[in-house]
Amino acid sequence: MKLITFAGPPSSGKTSVILKLIEAMAIDVSQIGVVKFDCLTSFDNLRYEEKGVRVETGFSGKLCPDHFFVSNIEAAVEWGLKSGFQTLISESAGLCNRCSPYVQGILAVCVIDNLSGVNTPRKIGPMLKMADIVVVTKGDIVSQAEREVFAFNIRQVNTAARIIFVNGITGQGASLLARHLQGARDISSLRDMKLRFTTPAAVCSYCTGEMRIGAEYQMGTMKRMEFKTG
Amino acid sequence: MSAEKYLEMAIAVPLNQILAEHPICRDFFMNLRLQDLDWNLPLMQALDHSDQEAISEFGLDRGMILREFSLFLEAFSRVAADAAAIRSLTIIGGHGKSGEPEITQWTATVGEIISIVGPTGSGKSRLLADIECLADGDTPTGRRIHVDGREVDEGQRFDMEGKLVAQLSQNMNFVMDLTVKEFLEMHAGSRMTRDAEHAIARCFECANELAGEKFALDTKVTQLSGGQSRALMIADTACMSSSPVVLIDEIENAGIDRRQAIKLLAQKEKIVFISTHDPLLALSADKRLVIKNGCISRIIETSEEEKNCLDAIETLDATLLRLRTRLRHGDEISMNTLKGEE
Repeated sequence: MKLITFAGPPSSGKTSVILKLIEAMAIDVSQIGVVKFDCLTSFDNLRYEEKGVRVETGFSGKLCPDHFFVSNIEAAVEWGLKSGFQTLISESAGLCNRCSPYVQGILAVCVIDNLSGVNTPRKIGPMLKMADIVVVTKGDIVSQAEREVFAFNIRQVNTAARIIFVNGITGQGASLLARHLQGARDISSLRDMKLRFTTPAAVCSYCTGEMRIGAEYQMGTMKRMEFKTG
Repeated sequence: MSAEKYLEMAIAVPLNQILAEHPICRDFFMNLRLQDLDWNLPLMQALDHSDQEAISEFGLDRGMILREFSLFLEAFSRVAADAAAIRSLTIIGGHGKSGEPEITQWTATVGEIISIVGPTGSGKSRLLADIECLADGDTPTGRRIHVDGREVDEGQRFDMEGKLVAQLSQNMNFVMDLTVKEFLEMHAGSRMTRDAEHAIARCFECANELAGEKFALDTKVTQLSGGQSRALMIADTACMSSSPVVLIDEIENAGIDRRQAIKLLAQKEKIVFISTHDPLLALSADKRLVIKNGCISRIIETSEEEKNCLDAIETLDATLLRLRTRLRHGDEISMNTLKGEE
């Protein structure tokens, strides 16, 4: 089974891109499964089900989404294998710019949209930097120049990635994406494989439910800002 | 120059020298929050005095930054050089929605203007998509695209992907909050244009020639009218974008000099496809492709008779433009305005 990991900010168009991708792959939908990692709520499962794609959704709730991803992805792969999928796609909504739910050796796709601001690629961090393929959506509503500048800024943080423009509504670009995903590696387990980037480290009093503000309530890993005086 | 050569350079040469030659490098350091390095030192020594913890937050160490820096230099030295220049595009026919075969083969060369006509849903966008991804029999239409009369090999495909087609459509807007000048500077910067100032001036001039109403360099792009935006986008695509194929989707209502706009693009050694049902545009093209049920069903060369009709169409168009101008200026309309006698 091939595993492909998708990540991207909320509402960047991940689900639309994946659905258009599945169409472009021209294979039986029963051979594809999707695992959606989200935070609190998601309605995307309905969109997958409408197309006959099997989907499982997990909510990280009060946990860091990256921690949630890494502790569940192995079981997701087992589910995919048991279900007899040829391809399993994981979709994670990266909720802070540091999120990077990618595994070494597993094809990683980052989806970002042209409307998010032209300098956004320079601020996103590992989610973009560590991806093999960067899919840019919503290019149909901005100017050619803005698309080019956006791609240029992606190139700045990730010199090696393929940048593919996909229209999540018409599907333009999806066949190109499908072509690039053909090379995804076949796996039978993720055991002992490694993440591409460390997950955020936060073992502090607030992780365990502390809500009050003040130095005396703060324990564990903390990082404090320095404010200049005068 | 290879990444290894850049690596050697990054080890030996003080940063300010590298920056002087490759100003884009400043962005590399900004992206890593390293704006306060000692630029008189080579990279590794400069990094010795920087905040190691901040570097580690990016998942990097000094050695990795050095390596990434040389890759960055290498990647952007390529950007400056890569204009995907082509002479022609050949479409090897596939099949329509119900499997019927389409025209066998057809070639468009640079400087040509081709209009695409056909009802909504007939497959106009699909044709563009096939061109954009350099289809190789692997899309629903089964079409293949050859460049310069030859099959595209993997290396070429890699080089050309995403750079082949520039697109313009009625739905496109500027979303950046910049002035026209800043906008053009930004685009020129990303193209690593050598003589940026000249390119910007030329582009601005073209845009104003096309636009019905003039605008200034310090106008915000978001405040431009529909026609002005379209004019700026077309001029920018012609003067600054490197893509050799331009696809234009319905620009008829933009209130700009459409024929001139199309000519401007064709002059820039590009192949221009216009999806349109505006008679003036469709007949200004050299050829038109008729799309029906997913197929290119016919290719019509614009005939002499059609070209002769253009003058009459232009007169009609000028009449409408005159009416629009009068309305814009708050004037009244009379039968004489229609006849052009006022």
